[in-house]
Amino acid sequence: MIKRSISAIALALGLAVATLPALASEGEGLASAGTNVSDRASLQRGAKLFFNYCVGCHSLKYVRYSRLASDLGLSEEEVMTNFNFTGAKFGEPVISHMPAEDAKAWFGKDPPDLSLEARAKGVDFIYNYLNSFYLDPSRPVGWNNTVFPNASMPNPLWELQGLQTAVHGEAAPGQEAAVEKLEISTPGRMTPEEFHSATRDLTTFLEYTAEPAALERQSVGVWVILFLAGLTFLLYLLKHEYWKDVHESH
Amino acid sequence: MAKVFTRIGDWVNERAPSLAPMYRKHMTEYFAPKNFNLWYYFGSLALLVLVNQIITGIFLTMNYKTSAAEAFNSVEYIMRDVEWGWLIRYMHSTGASLFFVVVFLHMFRGIMYGSFKRPRELVWILGMLIFLVLMAEAFMGYVLPWGNMSFWGAKVIISLFGTIPYIGGSLVEWIMGDFLPADATLNRFFALHVIALPLVLLLLVVLHLAALHEVGSNNPDGVDVKHGPKGNKWNPEKPIDAIPFHPYYTVKDLVGVGFFLTIAAFIIFFAPTFGGWFLEHDNFTPANNLVTPSHIKPSWYFTPFYAILRMIPSFFGTAIWGVIGMFGAILLLALLPWLDKGAVRSVRYRGLGFRIALGVLVVSFLALGLVGAGVTAELIPVWFPGADVTTVENAFGRLMVLGYFGFFVFVWVYTRFGFEKTKPVPERVTMHD
Repeated sequence: MIKRSISAIALALGLAVATLPALASEGEGLASAGTNVSDRASLQRGAKLFFNYCVGCHSLKYVRYSRLASDLGLSEEEVMTNFNFTGAKFGEPVISHMPAEDAKAWFGKDPPDLSLEARAKGVDFIYNYLNSFYLDPSRPVGWNNTVFPNASMPNPLWELQGLQTAVHGEAAPGQEAAVEKLEISTPGRMTPEEFHSATRDLTTFLEYTAEPAALERQSVGVWVILFLAGLTFLLYLLKHEYWKDVHESH
Repeated sequence: MAKVFTRIGDWVNERAPSLAPMYRKHMTEYFAPKNFNLWYYFGSLALLVLVNQIITGIFLTMNYKTSAAEAFNSVEYIMRDVEWGWLIRYMHSTGASLFFVVVFLHMFRGIMYGSFKRPRELVWILGMLIFLVLMAEAFMGYVLPWGNMSFWGAKVIISLFGTIPYIGGSLVEWIMGDFLPADATLNRFFALHVIALPLVLLLLVVLHLAALHEVGSNNPDGVDVKHGPKGNKWNPEKPIDAIPFHPYYTVKDLVGVGFFLTIAAFIIFFAPTFGGWFLEHDNFTPANNLVTPSHIKPSWYFTPFYAILRMIPSFFGTAIWGVIGMFGAILLLALLPWLDKGAVRSVRYRGLGFRIALGVLVVSFLALGLVGAGVTAELIPVWFPGADVTTVENAFGRLMVLGYFGFFVFVWVYTRFGFEKTKPVPERVTMHD
């Protein structure tokens, strides 16, 4: 019976685990971002990109400059001169300078805060989104995106990636032709491989801002689990010792 | 030192002479059958998780802000700026999900070994009340971070009360204190979540255990040890097949605690969102009444009941049937001691029909969970390309609803009219290790 009970539990767990990938499908049809949040060099490169290309419009209201310095292994001076363009204090959070009313007038909406974007949308979404801008003269700002169609955001990284244009397939009657693939029509400063790597760094940085605890929880977790495994073994020996009485008494 | 403890003990005994007998009654002289198996860990584990929720909850309230304007920010403050705040919050959020894991397994154990049957009906009823209060507690706790799924989940669940004829509309407004889930809703849910419901929960747990200790524990064989031969190593008048709860089951339960905490630590430190099951993606966006999440669904532990709600169609111009079905699914469980009239308790010695029906109950409950979580809606296009998702999902989901309710109908007919062919129950309990 115990064996059967164990197999029943194993079956239930198996069913639960088997359904996990299906649920995590916000990354449906997306290429894997392949980020590694404990890669400090990647985090630093990502932070550099964020503060050069993103912070003009997007805030990280839950991230303090001081926390960035300690988590990314940077000095106060490095952070304050390279990342802080608003005169904020070291202990204050990263707030973009762009006034909300101007943003609404220019883009039709206020650019969202990106602190938690990686947890809300997933890292694969961010990585693919950054790689999927294309020129579309029919849109107000001249850009469109295959991952998030009709996004109001222009491509901030066009200098690096170059200009992408869409190759459309055959249009079904009465419908617009779907985008088949994207092609780089004007090369940028980076090769496609370099650009993929740069956007991966940027995604890694946003994965970190979404959960700074991710940097420490795994290293703490290893010790906690080792301790608990040892404790469980000792408790098992204790139980075994006590239960000798019970087994003798049949 | 030992002398000091003895003197303190004597001092207390002199002033409260009934404490020591109470301790003996519930611990060292509470005799439990000696053949408990794996399934008997989940009761003590549920108690462990309850304690975890209370302790981590106390620390969360120290930094949580109860207002619609500040709640979401304060949770992120806990996650980032409070020392070890992330650990406390993950322990609380993981604990909530694991609470339901152990409670579901604990309930299944009760059904499988007939622990709900005479004389333990009261234990079962109190357990079902605990389950109801736990669901309310979890629902309100889920609203507190004030993410977008908190908001829309609250809106959908509270609007269920709107299906009640005549008073529904005003009842919904009365519950929310507003026309939408809002600051007033968040504040009253906080009050209920951190004090009112936990007090009720603790009282019910005490009663559940007190009722159990009056009648004694069942066991995997369903054998009545109290009516068997007497005289064991520890006490000549107690059942021969029973052992003192302390120290034997306390040390055994501690092994279960060790295993359980190791698994919990894996989740807390390596997969705290558990792939979107324990903490959902849409709840990392602040509550917004203008932006509906693409799929509104409750936390995983409510999805089987939510699926029953969704799968039962509305007719006679009202959607109340789904709501009745959802609450009826829980009510029928509570009525099980009176529906199942079989004389044999344990599945080990029950008829084949009961075993098959129990399997059907488990499969349909899990399948309904997948329907409620939207997993089937995602799998249907993959498995049946070109099929209409709603049609296939409804057909499958309704079959599973039939399976769930069918269990109760079948078990009543099967045992009430004497169809069950049971095997002989042994005189004494069996041990396998």
